[in-house]
Formats: sequence, structure tokens, C-alpha cells
Amino acid sequence: MSAGADPGAEPEDALLAVEDLRKSFGGIHAVDGATFGVAEGSLTALIGPNGAGKSTTFNLVTGVHRPDSGRVVFDGTDITRKRTYQIASQGLVRTFQIARELDEMTVLENLMLAPRHQSGEALWRSVLPGARRGVVREERELRERAWETLEFFELDHLAEEHAGNLSGGQRKLLEMARVLMTDPEMVLLDEPMAGVNPTLSEKLLDRIHDLKAEGYTFLLVEHDMDIVMEHCDPIIVMHQGTVLTTGPPEAVKRDERVLEAYLGGEVAE
Amino acid sequence: MTALERARAWVGVSDARLLLVVALGLYALFIVAAPLQGNDLNGTINSLRRITFLSALYGMLALALNLQWGYAGLFNIGVAGFMAVGVYTMGILSSAPGSTGAGLGLPLPVGILGGLLAATLVGVIASLPALRLRGDYLAIVTLAAAEIIRLTIRSPVFQEVELAGVVVGTGGPQGMQLPENPIRILFYQDPGAFASDPALLGNVLFPFFEGLGVTKTVVVGWAYAAVLLVVLGLVYWLLVRVGNSPFGRVLKAIREDELVASSLGKDTRWFKVKVFALGCALMGLAAILWRLSGGYTSSSSYMPIQTFYVFIALIIGGAGSNTGSVIGGAVFASLLFEGPLVVRRIVGNLFEIDEVPRTLFDAVGSLGGLDPAPLLAYTVTDVNISALRLVLLGVVLVYLIQNRPDGLLGHRKEVASSVDLAGGEKR
Repeated sequence: MSAGADPGAEPEDALLAVEDLRKSFGGIHAVDGATFGVAEGSLTALIGPNGAGKSTTFNLVTGVHRPDSGRVVFDGTDITRKRTYQIASQGLVRTFQIARELDEMTVLENLMLAPRHQSGEALWRSVLPGARRGVVREERELRERAWETLEFFELDHLAEEHAGNLSGGQRKLLEMARVLMTDPEMVLLDEPMAGVNPTLSEKLLDRIHDLKAEGYTFLLVEHDMDIVMEHCDPIIVMHQGTVLTTGPPEAVKRDERVLEAYLGGEVAE
Repeated sequence: MTALERARAWVGVSDARLLLVVALGLYALFIVAAPLQGNDLNGTINSLRRITFLSALYGMLALALNLQWGYAGLFNIGVAGFMAVGVYTMGILSSAPGSTGAGLGLPLPVGILGGLLAATLVGVIASLPALRLRGDYLAIVTLAAAEIIRLTIRSPVFQEVELAGVVVGTGGPQGMQLPENPIRILFYQDPGAFASDPALLGNVLFPFFEGLGVTKTVVVGWAYAAVLLVVLGLVYWLLVRVGNSPFGRVLKAIREDELVASSLGKDTRWFKVKVFALGCALMGLAAILWRLSGGYTSSSSYMPIQTFYVFIALIIGGAGSNTGSVIGGAVFASLLFEGPLVVRRIVGNLFEIDEVPRTLFDAVGSLGGLDPAPLLAYTVTDVNISALRLVLLGVVLVYLIQNRPDGLLGHRKEVASSVDLAGGEKR
């Protein structure tokens, strides 16, 4: 894997392609010309020291922030200026670095919220007697899926608990379960293992591998290098708002610039 | 199991039973209080009518606010303004031409529908810019909008306005005459006249109840309160359906964390506009039914305190719960709103007081003679009792927020789904 002029994968054949993305907050160039691609069906990692611009990149890709310039293409569609909900309804969904549960909703409600394009989200269908029957039918099917997902994540014993009562690790699981209930094409995971005990984090990784085998695509921000090197391929390394290098774990591990970036200081070009 | 526990278990089964128990409890309390006030049967039945009417009114208003604030977390502190828009639009469309605050004289259903639409529209206009921002801005905008509406209505400029040859107006500071209470059509031959011969229901009911000593006014008033109860039931039914659905689920998610909702593909702004508009329409409806009972309205009915009454009712019952909203409305209207007046009448009835002390000093001074009556009499004068009512509201609010922040029923356990979610497992 040669770095240099084009450190990103070929954006053309990627499910998600980010081209020369830039965003400044005040005088800080949080993301400064990042270019990379995520291949369909891959478990790609996005790593880099604190302040490298990983979370900002996530926020730019998902429409939480608007980029100053650059392009984001998902599944052949330009989503650069789209709103968060539009991007999510196209099948690109994310989790948050600090799990954001809907505290005063039950675990089941959290899951039932997620599926996209529910007909009962139209006010009139939920109210009018005839139309509501269709909504009820649809909800019965979703309920089945919700219970299956809960069992998959071993959360079924907590189904009727308020999400605010869950432990940190359980919240991470719930967040992942909720994202999967949207039936996404690609999932962005922002530090899914942070604050999760090793046993649970093994379990989470098993789940991710199962899902990858089913054809889901993952882009994962993670600080635990052991996990990244063992499970992810390829690995995208960000530093100071740009992509430093991209490659398989062995290549990234041996790349001196990556080491330098993590140890601090400017990277000599 | 003690009797109390058994009772709790029985009540806990369904919301309908809980509502029934609360209603019967409040009625029992007011029946017990009736002889202490020196009320005869007519007076007792009238006091029950009054709490029924006010409970239904505040129940409806609390339900509407619960939809906006309890479900979607939209902090609307301009409730009074949307109420005013509903009532005055209805008045301008349906009041008689030439009355104080002239109207167009259109049929009442047209006026009511127009009032609902106007409240909806003003709700959308007021909220559109603010819904894009954080919650605090919506609060500021709605409070300001409500005051602008009240002052506009009050302004002499709009007392009478000639538009294309037709004179309409709000009556300005004098207030506005509204169409007469529509329920009178069922009881009188000439419902507009002050005294008229009975007709229809009046023919049957008046002689019967007058035989018991109940006046015509009280009978008609009860009929109107019954209509309000029916409308309350319909609003409750509507909002339970709205809440227990995928739509209601998104509302809750917006309340909890809007970014999560939009990250799951929900167009949260559109949901907020819809729910805000629906809530404002229901506030307009409740206010129209409120003012139609008296046939008159003025801007002083729409002071900010009106909004806070609704908030207190909702907080008592528990924000987030539809059943709680109705119970909160009833408890607020009966105990906090009417309660102090009942206390005043009881004091007036039980103590012979020749002369009410002029100042607190005089009132306290007479305690030296071990006679509490002057102090009590002083406490319950018109001016002091309404001030004390506000103090009572404040105390209740502080107590609730400290000790029961979720209200009587705000456990937020009304699961937002059209099906029993646990059913999937336990089937």
C-alpha cells in the first residue's frame, strides 16, 4: 500500500466516498481536506489521535454539521448538503460516542422508534379508525423484529425497562440494536467499545462480525488499537484533519508516520 | 392485604377506574362541604356543576398542553394567546352584527370551525421560526405572541373596524358579546331572550327539577357541562390514539433527544409543527366552549396567569400522561381554583362576623381576645382570598416539584405504540 498523493481508497467503487472534506470552527481546521472511501461489506476503522477530526468527520457525513467544502457520496447519491434525517432515511445511520438513549422511553419503545418509513408516523393514519388498522398490523410485525433483535443482543430481560435505567454497556448494546432496527445499509459506529467491559466488548464484536457476514458495512471509530488491528480491515488513519494513510493492519502498524502522529508532533511531509 | 391496598390494586387496573374514583371523590368532598356553606339542594347541585364544568375545561387544556409539552417537549407558555385567537375568531364570525364587538352573524358551527383554524394557523406562524431553534426560544416567542394577541384584542383601534362596508371588531377594552349559549336551543323557545317559555327538553326537565327545588339556570348549566364532558372524552380519545402510535413515539423521541430522532431518519421539524398546530387548535376549542357558556369575553380572561393555571393542572397530573392531564385538570379546578372560594363561604357561614377588620394589624390584634373570627374574616375577604389562592398555587407547585416531579400520574408509562409491545413475547 503506497501512501502519498492519494491515501484514500478509490472513491468511485466505494459505498461511502468522502472527497476533500473541509470544516473549520473559528480558526481551527477540524477537518482539512479529508478524502477516503469505505468499500461495501467491509469493516473499516477510522483511527487517529485525539483532535484528528474523526468525530467531526462523522458529523459532517451525517449532516449534523455542514461542511465548508468537499463532497460526500453515499451509494451513488450526493448527500453533502442533505439533512440528518434524509441521510438516515437513505440507510446511512450512526451511533454516538456517548450513548444517547431516550431515557424516559422503554427499551422496546427505543427499538420500535427506529424502523424507517413507518406508515403510522403520519398523524392521520394513527388516528383514523380504518387507517389505524393497517398501522396496528405493521406494528405487530415490527414488534416481532424488535423482540428478535433484543434476543440477539441479549437485552430481552430489560425490554420494558426505561432506557435511562440501563448500565453503560447495556446502553451501547441498545444503541447498536436500535441502529440495526432501521435496517441500514451502512453503520457509522463512534467508539462503540468505550466504557464497555472486555467480555461485553467481545460480544459486541462478535455481533458486528455476524452482521458483516450478512452484508452490512461498518465504519468504526475506536481508540483500542488491539481491537482495531485484530478486527478491522482496512484502517484509515487521520491526523490533523486529513487522511494520513489507509491500508491493512500490518501496513498501518509498520507505518512510521502513524507512530509519529500518535506520539505527537508534526508529520514531516 | 389491607382494604386500602385492595382499593389501590382495584384502581390501578385501569385509567378509567382511576378517573371515576377521582371524580366521585371530588363530588363527595363538595357534597360534604355544601351544608357547611349553608347551601340548599339547588346550591349544592350548582356547585357540582361548576366543578364539572371547570374540570372538563382544564382537563381539555391540560390534554392539549400535554401533547405539546408532555409528549414532544415543546415549551409553549402562550396557551392563553391561542385560546384568545380561537374565541375572538369565533366571535367575529358568529356574533350578531351591531353588538358590542360586532361580528358577521354567521352560523355558530362556522364560527367554531373558523376559531379552530385560526388558532391552528397562529400556532404554526408563531412556532415556525422558533421550532428551528432550541426550546427556550419557543418559550419566549409563545409568551410574547400571547401578550401581543391580548394587547391587540384590547386595543381600542380594533374595537370596531369597517372592512369593505362591514363593521367588525373585538370590542376593545369593553369586551365582546358572543353568540348565546347554544345549549339553550334545547330548552327555550326563544334562546336569545332573557326569559322565554320552555321548549323541547325544557318542557320535560324544568317541571321535574323545579319540583325538587332546582332552578332552570342550573339545569341548563348542567346540560352544558355534560356537553363539555363529552367533548373532553372525545379529545382524550383522540390524544390517546395520537400518543399510542408510531407518531407519538417520534414525539417522545423529540422530547428526549431530537438529534437521536433525526439520526434515525425522522423529519423532526415537521413533526413539531404538526403537533404544535394540533395542540393550539385544541386550546382554541376548549376556550371557545368555555366562553360560549357565558356569551361574553374580554381580554382580561387571557392574562399569562391563565397559561400558568394550565401548566399547574398538567404538573399536578403529571406531564406525559393523558389520564394524568385529565385528573390534574379536575384536581386543579376543584381543589385549587374553587376550593378557596368554598373555604370563604364556609367561614362566612359558620362565624357570625359583624365587622370585617380593615387591616391585618386589626385582625391579628383581636386574637388577644382569643377570638379567631376577625382574623378568619379578614383572610377570606374577596381581595385576600384570590391573593391567597395564588400563594396556595405557588406552594403546591413548589411542593410537587420538590417531592413529586412526575406529578400524580407522570410515570410516563403510557407506552407509545398501537399494540401491546410485551405481547410479542408473552403471546
